[in-house]
Amino acid sequence: MGQQILNAIFIGSIYALFAVGYTLVFGVLDILNLAHSAVFMLGAAVTYSIVVNHGQSFWLACALAIVVAALMGLVIEYVCLRPLRRRRAPPISALISTIGLALIIVAAVEQGRPGTLFAWLWVDGANSVSLPPGTFPNPTWNVAGLTLEGTKLAIIPITIALMLLLGYVMRYTQVGRGLRAVAENPRAARLMGIDVDRMISLTLVISSALGGLAGILFGVALGDISPYIGRDSVEVRGLAVIVLGGMGSIPGAVLGGYLLGAIEVLAVVLLGSNVRAGVAFAALFLMLVLRPQGLFGAQLRERI
Amino acid sequence: MDFLIQLFTDPVGFWSSHTLLISQIAINSILASSMFVVLYSGQLSLAAPGFMAVGAYTAVLMSLYLHTPLAVNIAAGTALAGAAGVVVGLPVLRLRGVFLAIATIGFIEALSLGVILNLPITGEGLGLKNPDADPVGGIYPVLISMAVVVFFLWRLTKGRLGYAWTAIRQDELAALSQGIDVPRYKLIAFVLSAVLAGYAGGLESHLNFFVDPNEYGVPRTVQVLTFAVLGGSGNVIGPVVGALFLTTLPFVFQQAGDYIGVVSGVILILVIIFRPQGIIGRGGFAFVRPRWWPRPQVSAPSTG
Repeated sequence: MGQQILNAIFIGSIYALFAVGYTLVFGVLDILNLAHSAVFMLGAAVTYSIVVNHGQSFWLACALAIVVAALMGLVIEYVCLRPLRRRRAPPISALISTIGLALIIVAAVEQGRPGTLFAWLWVDGANSVSLPPGTFPNPTWNVAGLTLEGTKLAIIPITIALMLLLGYVMRYTQVGRGLRAVAENPRAARLMGIDVDRMISLTLVISSALGGLAGILFGVALGDISPYIGRDSVEVRGLAVIVLGGMGSIPGAVLGGYLLGAIEVLAVVLLGSNVRAGVAFAALFLMLVLRPQGLFGAQLRERI
Repeated sequence: MDFLIQLFTDPVGFWSSHTLLISQIAINSILASSMFVVLYSGQLSLAAPGFMAVGAYTAVLMSLYLHTPLAVNIAAGTALAGAAGVVVGLPVLRLRGVFLAIATIGFIEALSLGVILNLPITGEGLGLKNPDADPVGGIYPVLISMAVVVFFLWRLTKGRLGYAWTAIRQDELAALSQGIDVPRYKLIAFVLSAVLAGYAGGLESHLNFFVDPNEYGVPRTVQVLTFAVLGGSGNVIGPVVGALFLTTLPFVFQQAGDYIGVVSGVILILVIIFRPQGIIGRGGFAFVRPRWWPRPQVSAPSTG
């Protein structure tokens, strides 16, 4: 049971990191960025590729993967979102353009084999791989019958520190005030001299960097890196998390992440692992029907 | 290119060598129409694959265990999907926009991951074999069904129901104040959409010898949404064009080979950026209409 609680906290941290990126973009733009799960996958894939195929150090790989993810945020903004904003397109069309970008990223990684166009990015095709042991320190302790793995434990303080940092930036800095102003009312923000396009680019960069980092942590700690980890593991769960927490609310997304982790682990303990995902989604459905504003929707009226 | 050349130089050979593709286009068109109905009434419901699964599994299970005729099986599947539409629709239709989308995703994931994958009668993860399938003979009923569905919806959108849906889509509050029974018309749209999806599911299950439980999840719903939005959801014909365009895309770009995913993503982004209202858009075929062609008196309703 103790081990299960640890697992819930650990997987919840990854859900939270991933979902904060989702909710940040939704809060500012009212758009669901469906390329977010592809960026998550890219973070893990780039890390693996730099360590194993290009023989660089693990820490350099992590840093580069986060940079790549952040740059993908700019790609999302410049390719998928800004042209549509210029044309005053309905928000639903942004759903399609981000789906298109996700399709490109996943297909490019999936086709990466030795000798193909994308061999520099990935050489394992659709296979699932994991970093060889020893590429990163992973001390393991046995305490009171619990197995504590260093990598999994490290995720928890990393997540909490980043969320506190993000919360600080949002609340107390000039940039954070700008972002909140754009989320509140882009028109008024522009009139107040805020560069709205720059704020949106920044939102996408922060969101994607967090998504990429979540991907790295997922790939390292679970030892499962494949072109499909974003789509299969976090895409829909990320949506569930931001709804549980209240759309557009950052503290909501963090708590929602841990809540979903807890629900899933509880479902495994009580009903067996077959129904894990089914129970989580049934909970999501019930939650929406019974309390549509999310757990924290009412208390946290202000978005972000 | 060979694909298009054959279509024009050897239509008979094209017909016989692409029977399955043509049926798939028709099925996808019915699915896209099912998505159209909800979008036209201003609801972003993503429940279609769930109702498809109800239709498909009911039809195949009846044919396996009761040996009833095909028409009865599909009719029963469609009716059951409609009933499921009422059961799901009543609680979720209080939700709007993205919340409705995510509640319906919760429904399809709970159904496919929680129920279908865990019931012995649905074959769990292995799916069901359907020895009574008729992939070749099925093409005529499927094509006729598609034509009937599209014609029926076209008439509906030009009638009382269609105007009520348009009013609700444009402004729910204004529609309510005009005396339109908003919850009732929304439920009608939701249930009609469920019926169409169940019908498409029943038809599809008799074109393949195998019902695959993995077909009814989020990737399918994203695909159907893409048909409707890319084709243009302000118009009955838009989603059909979207389904035709995206289903044939891999065949038209055969040269892309393994990179078809990348090519499709690029095309998706380009189309939505240059035609954010969809290929057909709000003005029907106005964009290909010559200048001297008589203009319709009443402008078509706007999307969104």
